[in-house]
Amino acid sequence: MTTTLTPVLSASWDADHSWSLSSYEATGGYRGLRKALTMEPADLIAMVKESGLRGRGGAGFPAGMKWSFLPAPDGGPRYLVVNADESEPGTCKDIPLIMASPQSLIEGMVITSFAIGCHHAFVYIRGEVLHATRRLQLAVAQAYEAGFLGKNILGTGFDLEITVHVGAGAYICGEETALLDSLEGLRGQPRLKPPFPAVAGLYARPTVVNNVETIASVPGIVRGGASWFAAMGTERSQGHGLFSLSGHVERPGQYEAPLGITLRELLEMAGGVRKGHQLKFWTPGGSSTPIFTAEHLDVPLDYESVGKAGSMLGTRALQIFDETVSVVRAVTRWLEFYKHESCGKCTPCREGTYWLVAVLKRLEAGEGQPGDLEVLADTSDNILGRAFCPLGDGAVSPVQSGLKYFREEFEAGLHTPADVLFPPEKSSLFDYTPRSSAQLAGVH
Amino acid sequence: MGTEPVGRTLGQTHATGYDDATRERLVADAAAIIARYPRQQSALLPLLHLVQSEDGYVSPRGITFAAETLGLTTAEVSAVATFYTQYKRHPNGTYTVGVCTTALCAVMGGDAIWEELVEHLGIGNDETTADGAITLERVECNAACDYAPVVMVNWEFFDNQTPTSAARLADDLRAGRPVTPTRGADTVVTFKDMSRVLAGFPDGRADEGGAAGPATLAGLRVAHEHGWAAAPFGDEAHDGAEGTAGKVAK
Repeated sequence: MTTTLTPVLSASWDADHSWSLSSYEATGGYRGLRKALTMEPADLIAMVKESGLRGRGGAGFPAGMKWSFLPAPDGGPRYLVVNADESEPGTCKDIPLIMASPQSLIEGMVITSFAIGCHHAFVYIRGEVLHATRRLQLAVAQAYEAGFLGKNILGTGFDLEITVHVGAGAYICGEETALLDSLEGLRGQPRLKPPFPAVAGLYARPTVVNNVETIASVPGIVRGGASWFAAMGTERSQGHGLFSLSGHVERPGQYEAPLGITLRELLEMAGGVRKGHQLKFWTPGGSSTPIFTAEHLDVPLDYESVGKAGSMLGTRALQIFDETVSVVRAVTRWLEFYKHESCGKCTPCREGTYWLVAVLKRLEAGEGQPGDLEVLADTSDNILGRAFCPLGDGAVSPVQSGLKYFREEFEAGLHTPADVLFPPEKSSLFDYTPRSSAQLAGVH
Repeated sequence: MGTEPVGRTLGQTHATGYDDATRERLVADAAAIIARYPRQQSALLPLLHLVQSEDGYVSPRGITFAAETLGLTTAEVSAVATFYTQYKRHPNGTYTVGVCTTALCAVMGGDAIWEELVEHLGIGNDETTADGAITLERVECNAACDYAPVVMVNWEFFDNQTPTSAARLADDLRAGRPVTPTRGADTVVTFKDMSRVLAGFPDGRADEGGAAGPATLAGLRVAHEHGWAAAPFGDEAHDGAEGTAGKVAK
């Protein structure tokens, strides 16, 4: 049977003023909280565990298990920090969610805080999304006014404060310990683990860090029950998830579906690859996940199947590239991103991304030198598994998978510029004449 | 107490402190920021946004102010300020125009838009037009890939841009004409006004603009066309005054 879409988080996004509290309540909002507050916190954690909800920020760690790792209460504070630092190339689901339905995040935060015994929660939102920030600020204010936040929530005696914290431009702050350092007013650099945030997180106190979509999924689980959620998806990848289609596809956008849907099915819903063109390569979960090709169209997009096929489900950021696109150009640009965003703390990542970019740029220009492909492979090997945090591992994904599937394009970089093999004007959505002399003067 | 900061490189001068009225205002704002956190150093990032809302960049006097306010050294504050790309070390233009040139936007046309703006404005990355209107930046992925290629103006979304539309946008900004994001407030505010919102002081514009653009709703539209929906939660039956069944696709 063909998979069908299952809008849950996105179901109310087309409602009039969907971001307002009144609109959210009119579509069942805060029913989950009312029910949750009648339950025992331990039962809530058990329910989320049983639902199979796994972290939607990329790593896919079971959410309920993460919550249960907090040590027993010792009378001191425990924190919930929501990661809204959405920055992984290709990933574009949390910001639209906050724009259209910030209350679903707030409701999820109140329930989660109640479950883990937290009385002060934070949303760390990236600084480059002004209107989403406004919507979040408004949502928090409206929730306070309605008694969903503050003292004695809905008369239950439960207190919760939420602080919206705005970042200032740094991809690395999406890594949970770098995020915590940033939230403490420091440079956003990752911490050594262990201790994990569950034991020593914000201000060295027990802390749960979860992605926006993860937390926004909690109210539905409470309303429908663990089995309602687990009925969607596959045996080990349960529930609904936002699949973000971008690039050379007729109708890019957000498609909320059970985990395990395939790209072939999603493309059919999205009107297919750009008219007159064919799929060449794609990312299943953002640029940090190894690329796939047309041979992977039927891989079920769940954690296990994508892993078995050699990549990662990541954030379900499906970036689609057709046959006009140079793999070398795309990989070079991704590596420029990682080089720019490397925090500089550890040598393999800081130096490795620098050298990868240097070699890739000359390959893109058709000025590669003998041995360059080996240098790419060797440098990647020396970053993978040796970097302080997953940014380094993510950086080598495009290089290694690009070489695996499209080695001949890198080899061509020893004599022919990428823009000769793949004229960029054929990939763009509009007609233009490239300025061949223009230098793309970058900060990278 | 200082003159207006001018210049940006050699010979750049900076005001050395705030006048009493400004300082009093900043102290009150800083206190409101600090009150949001269990520990005061957490206030540093919003404080730096606050400084930018006053000075249009992270000024030396702003760094001193943040350091004094939080009991840090100016070196500690500078270490943080220089880590994050949104903190500017020289006076920013009234509008930051950011062109996404990360892989997907670049391929979809971001590179062409960038080339056009560089030529049209006669400036390069992280440079400001002589009239002080626009600071041009290459930006990294801004979480709007389904609207590629994307241009950001003071971190408001201008989706599905072309070289022509981006050049027109730049002209409008330089002429002082109001511009409207594709997904955002009714008009783009100045860099300083934006920085104040990022510091956590709402500007009352959250209700402006729509909920979602066409790409955001693409899947929901397909679901509606086919009558697809997730299974009901099961709590819709005991609907109170609150309203309609939550789960049924409209």
